[in-house]
Amino acid sequence: MVTLKINNLEVKAEEGQTILEVAKFYGLEIPTLCYNEGLSPYGGCRLCLVEIGEGPKTKLVSSCTYPAEEGLVVHTDTKRVIEARRMMIELMLSLAPNSKVIQDLASKFGVKQVRFKVRNEECILCGLCVRMCAEQMDGRAIGFQKRGYKRKISTPFDIRSEECRLCGGCIYICPACQLRCQGPDADTAVCNACLNMDPTCLDYYDELQCWMYDAGRCGTCVREKAEEEKAESMK
Amino acid sequence: MKNVKTIKSIKELEKAIESQIQARESEKKSILTVSAGTCGQARGSLKVIKSLENAIKIENLEDKVKVKVTGCHGFCEAEPNIMIHPQNIFYQKVQPSDAEDIAYQTILNNKIIDKLLYSDPISGKTVTKENDIKFYKKQKRILLGDNALIDPTDIMDYLSIGGYGALAAVLSHLTPKDVIDTIKKSGLRGRGGAGFPTGKKWEFTRETLGEPKYIICNADEGDPGAYMDRSLLEGNPHRVLEGMLIGAYAIGAREGYIYVRDEYPLAVKHISIAISQAEKLGLLGKNILGKGFDFQVHISKGAGAFVCGEETALIASIEGKVGVPRQRPPFPAVKGLWKKPTNINNVETWSNIPLIIENGAEWFSEIGTNGSKGTKIFSLVGKINNTGLVEVPMGITLKEIIFDIGGGIPEGKEFKAIQTGGPSGGCLPQEKLDLPVDYESLTEAGSIMGSGGMIVMDENTCMVDVAKYFLNFLRDESCGKCLSCREGTQRMWEIVTDITEGKGKKGDIELLEALAIATRDASLCGLGQTAANPILSTIRYFRDEYKTHIKDKKCPAGVCKELIQYLIIDDNCTGCLACLKVCPQEAISGELKKIHVLDQSKCIKCGACYEACNFEAIKIV
Repeated sequence: MVTLKINNLEVKAEEGQTILEVAKFYGLEIPTLCYNEGLSPYGGCRLCLVEIGEGPKTKLVSSCTYPAEEGLVVHTDTKRVIEARRMMIELMLSLAPNSKVIQDLASKFGVKQVRFKVRNEECILCGLCVRMCAEQMDGRAIGFQKRGYKRKISTPFDIRSEECRLCGGCIYICPACQLRCQGPDADTAVCNACLNMDPTCLDYYDELQCWMYDAGRCGTCVREKAEEEKAESMK
Repeated sequence: MKNVKTIKSIKELEKAIESQIQARESEKKSILTVSAGTCGQARGSLKVIKSLENAIKIENLEDKVKVKVTGCHGFCEAEPNIMIHPQNIFYQKVQPSDAEDIAYQTILNNKIIDKLLYSDPISGKTVTKENDIKFYKKQKRILLGDNALIDPTDIMDYLSIGGYGALAAVLSHLTPKDVIDTIKKSGLRGRGGAGFPTGKKWEFTRETLGEPKYIICNADEGDPGAYMDRSLLEGNPHRVLEGMLIGAYAIGAREGYIYVRDEYPLAVKHISIAISQAEKLGLLGKNILGKGFDFQVHISKGAGAFVCGEETALIASIEGKVGVPRQRPPFPAVKGLWKKPTNINNVETWSNIPLIIENGAEWFSEIGTNGSKGTKIFSLVGKINNTGLVEVPMGITLKEIIFDIGGGIPEGKEFKAIQTGGPSGGCLPQEKLDLPVDYESLTEAGSIMGSGGMIVMDENTCMVDVAKYFLNFLRDESCGKCLSCREGTQRMWEIVTDITEGKGKKGDIELLEALAIATRDASLCGLGQTAANPILSTIRYFRDEYKTHIKDKKCPAGVCKELIQYLIIDDNCTGCLACLKVCPQEAISGELKKIHVLDQSKCIKCGACYEACNFEAIKIV
C-alpha cells in the first residue's frame, strides 16, 4: 500500500494503481475520454491531466497512465489543469464538432468558442477503437499509421483487413462517430445545448430496431424521421 | 590491425598502449592529416587524399611523409583542410590540384603556400598555425581535439594517444562504486539535452534489482543542422566504446546498444569497425582483460524519426515496436529495454567518461560553471563566418561563441537572433548575447541547451518565418500520440502560416501563447513539452515583428512573400536588362538603357531580379 495526497485528502492505494483509479475509488472526478476500464490506458487525449508535485516544480501528467506513488501530491482541478483541459477540448471540438461526447465535455467545462479552423475530420485519434479491436475483440485489424499531423487510424495498406470480422466494436466505442450532436453551428463549432437533455430525441426506435442497438440515442433516425414526415406533409 | 594478438591482461594492455605511444613519438615522417568526416568528404576530401598520395609517390617522398585520414576537425568552413606536422601548418579549402604543390613546395622544399592559408575574415591577415586561428583559439577541445590525431579505423592509433588507458585503470584498481563516485564528483550532466546528472543516473540503474542490465548509447541525432554526435562517432569511435565499457562495468551491464540513425552511414561504418577491432583485441567480449567482466555492444539503426531520440521511444524502437514515448515512471533505470534496468546516455556523455577517469573528477569540475561542468560541443551554423563544430567550456557567453569563435556575421550584416537547442529550442535576441551558456541560464531565457545546435540569424531573417519553419518540423516529427502535441503543433503552424501570408487576425498572438502553454503543459514527452519554445521565445523577444505582420501586413525582414513587393527604383535603374533576363515570369519589361518596369500582377516574388541587379535599383518593401 502506498499513501498519497489527492486534493489535500490523504488516500491509500494499491501498488500499481494509477492516479485515476485511486481518484475514482475515492469518488473524486477526473474527466476522461480515451480511457476505458476494459482497455489498457493510453494517455492520448490528455483530458485526465492532473497537477503533481509541490512548490515551483509542479507538472501536469495524465492520471490514467501515471502510477500512484508514495508521498505523491496530486491536485485534480487547479487553474493550470483546467486551462490545459479546456484547450484540449477546444482542439478536439475543432476536429469533431459533431461528437456529442465532446460537445458535452465542452458544455461541462465552459468551452464557449473554437478559435481554430474547423476541420470536421471526426477522428480525434484517441485510439479507443484500436485497443478495443486488439484487446477485447482479439482482432488487431486496425492500427495507427504515420506520425505527426499525418497520423491516422486504418487497416494495413488501407485495404480491408482479413482480421476484421465486422463486429462493429470500433464503432461502438468511438466517441466521435457513435453519438452524434446535431447542434453545432458552423461558425462557432460549439453547441452548448443539450448536456442535460436526455434523450436527445423525443421519439426513437427501440433497441432491437436500431442497427446500432443504440435505442436511437444517437438521434440520427429521429432527424431522418422528421425529414421524412416533413417531406410527406409537403406532398 | 594485422597480426594483433588478443590482449589478455591489464599489464598487456598497458604495455601495448606504452609501445604505441612511443611509436607515435618516435615517428620521423611528416604527417599530412586530412579531415574526412562526412562534411569533409562532401567537400571533396577523398579526392584530395587520392591526389596527395599520388603526388607523394611521384616526388618519391614515401619515406618522408605519411598521409593520415581522420574524422572531422570541426572547422567545416575550411574543409577539406590539411594539417602538416611537425611543421605545424594549416591549409584550408585544399583542392586535388593543390596536391603537387603541397608535396613539392611544402614537404620537399619547406615552403609555405600562401594561397592555401586561412585568412581572418575581419583583419584579412593570413594565419599559418592552426592554434592561431581565432576559430580554435577560444575553444577547449578536450573531446574534438583528438579527432585530428587519430585514424578512426585503427584501434592502435587510439591506443597511441593513451586510449583504453582509462579502462585499464578502472579494471585494475577501481570498484564500480568508485567509478560512480568519480563521475558524480565530476559533475558531468547528460549531454543529450535534459542535463540529468550522469553519476546519479548510473547509480539508480546499478541499484535497481533485476538482471540483466543494459546500457544504451543514444546517437539518434535528429536536430536540423546539428552533427556533434556524428562527428564524435566518425572521428573517435573508440572513445565512445571505452566510455560505454567503463559505464557497463560501473552499472553492472553485460550488453550495450548503440542506437544510431541510418542517415549516418560513415558513423555506422566507423563504429562497426571499432567494435570488431575491439572484439579482436579482447577489449569487448567475454572475460575482458582477465577480470571476469563481460561486455558486448550491438548496433541498432534508427530510421530517422526525431522522436526516437526520446529515451522511451528509443527503447521501443530497439525492441522493434513503434517509436512512441511512454509514461515515465517507471524510468528506464527501473524498466527499460526488454523491461530490464537500462541506462541511456548520449554519445557526448559517453565520450567524456574516459577523460574524467584519466584526468580525475577535479580536473573536469574545474572546467565550466557551478551547475554545469566540463565542455559542450555546439554545431555553429547559419549566418556565421566560421561554420563548424565548436567545443567550449560551459559558461562561455553567446557573444564569445558568435563573434570570437564564429567570426561574426558574414557580409557585415547585423546579428538578429541565435537559436539554441535544436527545433524545440528558443530564439535569443541581441540583449541576451552576454548570457552564459549553461543549462540553467538557457532555460531561464526561454531556450534550452538541447543537444547542442546553434543557428545564427542575421537581420534578413524573419522571426515569424523561423517559428513557422520549426513548427513545420515539429508537426511532422511529433509522434502524434498526445492530442496536445499533435494538434498543438499543427494548429500553431496553421496560425503562424496565416500570419506570414497576411491573414493574421487580432488575437492571434494571444491564442498562440495560450496554445503554446497548453502544449507545453499537457504533453507527455520532451518533444511536446519543448515544442512551444520556438513560439514562446519569438513572441517574447520579437512581439513587434508579429504585430507588424498582423496589423500592417508587412514583413520587416522582407522574407514573407505574401507581404512584400519588389519595386524598381527609377533613379538607380540603368536599363541594363539584367533583371529582365532572369525573371522567370517575364514580369519585367523595358529596353536597353531605359528604365525597366515591373508588372506586379505577374511577379511571383522569387527575388531573382533583386539578386541580379548590380545597381541596387530593386528594393523590397
